[in-house]
Amino acid sequence: MLDESLPGADDLIAQLAALITPSLTAKTVLVGMHTGGVWAADRLHPLLDPAMPHGSLDISFYRDDFEQIGLHAQVKPTHLPFEVEGRDILLVDDVLYTGRSVRAAMNALFDYGRPAKIRLAVLIDRVGDRQLPIQADYVGAVLAVPAHQHIHLIQDDAAMLSLKLVNLT
Amino acid sequence: MNRNPQLNADGNLRHLLTIDGLPRALLTHIFDTADGFIAVNEQEVRKVPLLRGKAIFNLFFEPSTRTRTTFEIAAKRLSADVINLNISASSQSKGETLLDTVDNLAAMQADMFIVRHAQSGAAHMIARHVAPHIHVVNAGDGRHAHPTQGLLDMFTIRKYKGEFHNLCVAIVGDVLHSRVARSQIHALTTLGVPEVRVIAPKTLLPTAVEQMGVRVFHDMESGLRNADVVIILRLQNERMRGAHLPSAQEYFKYYGLTAEKLAYARPDAIVMHPGPMNRGVEIDSSVADGSQSVILPQVTYGIAVRMAVMSMLAGN
Repeated sequence: MLDESLPGADDLIAQLAALITPSLTAKTVLVGMHTGGVWAADRLHPLLDPAMPHGSLDISFYRDDFEQIGLHAQVKPTHLPFEVEGRDILLVDDVLYTGRSVRAAMNALFDYGRPAKIRLAVLIDRVGDRQLPIQADYVGAVLAVPAHQHIHLIQDDAAMLSLKLVNLT
Repeated sequence: MNRNPQLNADGNLRHLLTIDGLPRALLTHIFDTADGFIAVNEQEVRKVPLLRGKAIFNLFFEPSTRTRTTFEIAAKRLSADVINLNISASSQSKGETLLDTVDNLAAMQADMFIVRHAQSGAAHMIARHVAPHIHVVNAGDGRHAHPTQGLLDMFTIRKYKGEFHNLCVAIVGDVLHSRVARSQIHALTTLGVPEVRVIAPKTLLPTAVEQMGVRVFHDMESGLRNADVVIILRLQNERMRGAHLPSAQEYFKYYGLTAEKLAYARPDAIVMHPGPMNRGVEIDSSVADGSQSVILPQVTYGIAVRMAVMSMLAGN
């Protein structure tokens, strides 16, 4: 599979915004997951409601592969500038694949308080190897990527987002 | 083969024994990780599950309150089980050797030892002795090193000053007996601080201290001039009985940090102290409690830095 065959990130974000907008409430807050999900949430935010509270979440301390691979190389600070208690959280990630990152994110959020609701928005729903009973509420595109490839969002020097395929060695 | 006993074959940290010889990138990685743990300390549930089920032994052969407590809090916030042992009061007084004590604790399925000992090199000896899956953190050995204190001091400087490459840092006081000063000097030079100064009477400086990459001053006025960071060392009362100093009053007069002496430094200089403080000996209360003091933030940051070190070690 080649990068050129992938959908454009900005198109997917616009599509997600259209899907999400009808369900926004006064209690909704936007939380991007590091790193791709933070970039996507930053773009979604003005399209949804610029007044909506908006934060970022790092899941390094909640991952389930610490025993195997240790601490993630790049830990980023979590920044949630609002009370999590009672909020409708709209969790944003670039790619949903095994579901393990989303599991970790939900555990992390609960250590900040008890949200009323968590919903998941992803640019890409990568099918084929879901390992937990987790699915997204809002999806930009459904994609099957060969097992030897990894797909994620990148941001270039001009702050342009695009999807990128990487061959796993 | 990597000959640094602290690093594994991949160059990752296996034990933390001294800052001497650790690459700058590794120190920066520790600080970046600690930044992530600052957020954990602000969560409603101040705990993450990283070290769930791990047993961390605080092996303190020398009394300590702050260091032992902050290690304990850090380990508990990582969800580890913490066992505190004040060994001066137990087996060693019954004649058990250090390594026998360690072997017995390893047989209790220890995953990590945090070691404080009056003898320089004690943590190294334990690190060389233990099985490969056990990690050792030096929490202060004799006059040699206190690496987590050095790291938390650097983390504090980074928080307040942002960068290291343009700083002038002055360390004041009993450098001779201070493992904290040694760890700070190694860290500051590794991080590229262009001007590291020590200010002390000759009797409280090690011979050839210049070879560590510091400039030596014997008076506060010239030593503090243009300093961005002033680190005051604790003057251990027991030194007063030796030939090192005439009296605490005389020391305070020449080297105690007062508001008047602090005025020689830059107006935005921060004042640090590793604790415990002797007010009126090495530092005046008005400075210790003043607006330039970051002594209490140092303690808070110490928890995040120790969480970073312990989680990095346990994952490697």
